[in-house]
Amino acid sequence: MGRFWSLLFLLVPVLGVAVFVFAVVPGGVFDNHWLPEDISQHGKVIDDLFMFILYLTGVIFIVTGALLFWFCWKYDAEKNPEPVKFTHGSHTLEIVWSILPAATLLFIAVFQMDAWAENKMAYPTKEDGQTKKPPLALVTGRQFEWRITYAGADEVIGTEDDLHVVNDLHLPVNDKVVLRIQSMDVLHSFFLPNLRIKQDLVPGMQQHVWFQTKKTGTYDIVCAELCGWGHYKMRGRLIVESEDDFNEWYASALQEQNRTSLNAESDD
Amino acid sequence: MNTSSAASHGHGHGGGMSLNHFISTYVFSKDHKMIGLQFLFTTLLWFIVGGLLALGIRWQLAYPWSDMPIIGGRLFSAEGGQISPEFYTTLFTMHATVMIFFVIIPILAGAFGNYLIPLMIGADDMAFPTLNMLSYWFMWPAFICIGISFLTPPYGAGGGWTSYPPLSAVRTAAPGSAMAQTWWLMGVTLVGISSMMGSVNYMTTIIQMRAPGLSMFRLPLTIWSMFITAVLQAFALPVLTAGGFMQILDRMLGTGFFVPEGLIVNNAAMASGGGQPLLWQHLFWFYSHPAVYIMILPAMGMVSDILSCFARKPIFGYKPMVYSISGIAGLGFIVWGHHMFVSGMNPMLGMTFMVSTMMIALPSAVKVFNWLGTIWGGKIEFTTPMLFSLSFVSMFVIGGLSGIFMAATPVDIFIHDTYYIVAHFHYVLFCGTAMAVMGAIYFWFPKMFGRAMNETAGKWHFFLTFVFMNGTFYLMHILGAVGFPRRLADPYHYETFKHLLPMNRFITWCAIGMVASQIIFAVNFFYSIFKGQKVGRNPWRCNSLEWFAPSPPVGHGNFDAQPIVYRGPYEYGSPEVDTDHYPQTQPPPEGVEASGDGH
Repeated sequence: MGRFWSLLFLLVPVLGVAVFVFAVVPGGVFDNHWLPEDISQHGKVIDDLFMFILYLTGVIFIVTGALLFWFCWKYDAEKNPEPVKFTHGSHTLEIVWSILPAATLLFIAVFQMDAWAENKMAYPTKEDGQTKKPPLALVTGRQFEWRITYAGADEVIGTEDDLHVVNDLHLPVNDKVVLRIQSMDVLHSFFLPNLRIKQDLVPGMQQHVWFQTKKTGTYDIVCAELCGWGHYKMRGRLIVESEDDFNEWYASALQEQNRTSLNAESDD
Repeated sequence: MNTSSAASHGHGHGGGMSLNHFISTYVFSKDHKMIGLQFLFTTLLWFIVGGLLALGIRWQLAYPWSDMPIIGGRLFSAEGGQISPEFYTTLFTMHATVMIFFVIIPILAGAFGNYLIPLMIGADDMAFPTLNMLSYWFMWPAFICIGISFLTPPYGAGGGWTSYPPLSAVRTAAPGSAMAQTWWLMGVTLVGISSMMGSVNYMTTIIQMRAPGLSMFRLPLTIWSMFITAVLQAFALPVLTAGGFMQILDRMLGTGFFVPEGLIVNNAAMASGGGQPLLWQHLFWFYSHPAVYIMILPAMGMVSDILSCFARKPIFGYKPMVYSISGIAGLGFIVWGHHMFVSGMNPMLGMTFMVSTMMIALPSAVKVFNWLGTIWGGKIEFTTPMLFSLSFVSMFVIGGLSGIFMAATPVDIFIHDTYYIVAHFHYVLFCGTAMAVMGAIYFWFPKMFGRAMNETAGKWHFFLTFVFMNGTFYLMHILGAVGFPRRLADPYHYETFKHLLPMNRFITWCAIGMVASQIIFAVNFFYSIFKGQKVGRNPWRCNSLEWFAPSPPVGHGNFDAQPIVYRGPYEYGSPEVDTDHYPQTQPPPEGVEASGDGH
């Protein structure tokens, strides 16, 4: 039976790698079962890092899996005529297999610092807490919707000319966008899978996200932090469109907003 | 160590057993073996509950909003047999709570810690038998609290096992945040008190009560890992207990530790304020990250012992193993922030936590290499416990490596709170710890009951569990790579995740297969207690002290002769003797110096 069990353990790296290959390579049964389309300028760094770690860990996965199989196969008590190698270990080996992973892990740690700093620490804010570029909009998470407030022409949120929208976040393509995000009630997480953006919204804190899109289209805004019974349906839409389309939409939405209030008055 | 008094404590068979005797032997027992078995049976029962809750989650993910077969109509008659979204939140909350606080932690420390520590160090009992008894009985108020939480609509707490405020702290924030959440908090806090009693006892016992000749570096790795685990428990738990009380105060007395100013929940402004939700996350993970190691280190220790025994070869690198257990424990205290990379915590702090998290992979890697070194050049016997232990190594590699993705902060931005992390921790906790626990049950069962479990059934149980669990958890990595989020009752209305339904169906059927395979184990377990093949003291030809005691060990006192230790527990295949094992208690042959401290 030792042969059978050895082969069973060999299947782990074989099938394990196969599943990832099927997922990464387009087409086939696992089509579209991989990182979703990236429409951001910064996302490539994250995806490349993901793939780099995947290859690195893949090698270790294959080597350790193969060794486990080979030792089970070769040193099966039923088949192995050699006496047991009576040893308590090897000082040299211990040093080698401590230093090699330590160096690799430290390398990954240092290697990825820039990407992290770029994403989360290169705050587009000035000393006084104001953003260098005024936020285009304020996104407020609320059980279970995304309330979006565009700053308008005066670039200040909370004034007369603000545009209020629910769940649909329109953005001009190729623009560097700064968004202020906040929560009204509980924790939410502002997750844009196609932009590799995720930031928890903590009530009581002022937070920002910033990014640059490179492709038009409609994408999902996902709430990624449990926020109550309706968490699953807290879905928003991200509509990335050309400058012209955006301006056209903005003007008509603003007109719509103002007309509603005027109509209400004229009805009296 | 008084053998005559040990013998006189033996079971009072023959005469009519009085009720008092029954209660003191089987209910309020101070004997570590009975307490260990009480923990074992209780946690195995909770394992069934936790497993069924998991199937509820899987059902919803495979067949969202469709009638649950057989039991749906009875459970959710108001919803026409469907799982409601609020019940879904309580399903995953209670699944995690039960599995972590009522199964993994108590089965490792409570069941195996209690049963094995005195036996493996050659002691009569724990240092504080009464405290030990209380550590079991303090689990019961916790069971009752969680039980009441289960019975309070919407039938369980719904804030996730991490219970992040303000969702959990504000009573009106969710259906599950009303009374069910208060009972949940009290239950978890009581588990902490029980663990604390256990850990004080384990530390004292291991330091003070080792048999003559049993130096610290002659301890089996099981005991080393239990010892380090007890230290982790003792130092990390008070923080969770404090946090739990603070959240109870926020909920009951209107304090504002975790509730910030200006909150508007359900259109109602909250009266309390001035708190910081992130404070809870820091307090929670300051305990719960070390708790991750509390949930894996004892499993690593037991696997080390089983691997060495069935490879018939000394453990490779005993001292590096001890140092890496200590290294994991030490680093375990400074990595909690990796749960909070995207939480709003200062990203500068995230960078420090990233470096410490990367480094904690090192001792884990050293352990894997040493396990491979242990089976290299041995004579491997593929018994059921050995198969479970080999699979622990194979699976822990996956769980360990996938952790590196999450440790890399930029990658974590994308995969945080997705199924990638669900795959990761199930590979560590189910494919790792739960498999090691199964192996340990098969391994020490003969010592516990004097009978062996059926090997054929054991191998079928292993094979089916191994295949189905990989079918269940491996594909979750792929889901995570797409960004498939956790804790969503219906992720398929998102365009991005729509096409993932078939894969989720496959996973669900594997999960059903995995749970069904445990029936083989349950039948084998109970059948073998009464009808299993009778075995002697040392059926596996093992070296450590527990095998020197009778099977099962005699009444209160364990050993029928004083064990005296001459060497470490891993001297298999030693050239000093003709047999392939060399028990710790066997005096060295004439003219041979005592050896084998394991270096």
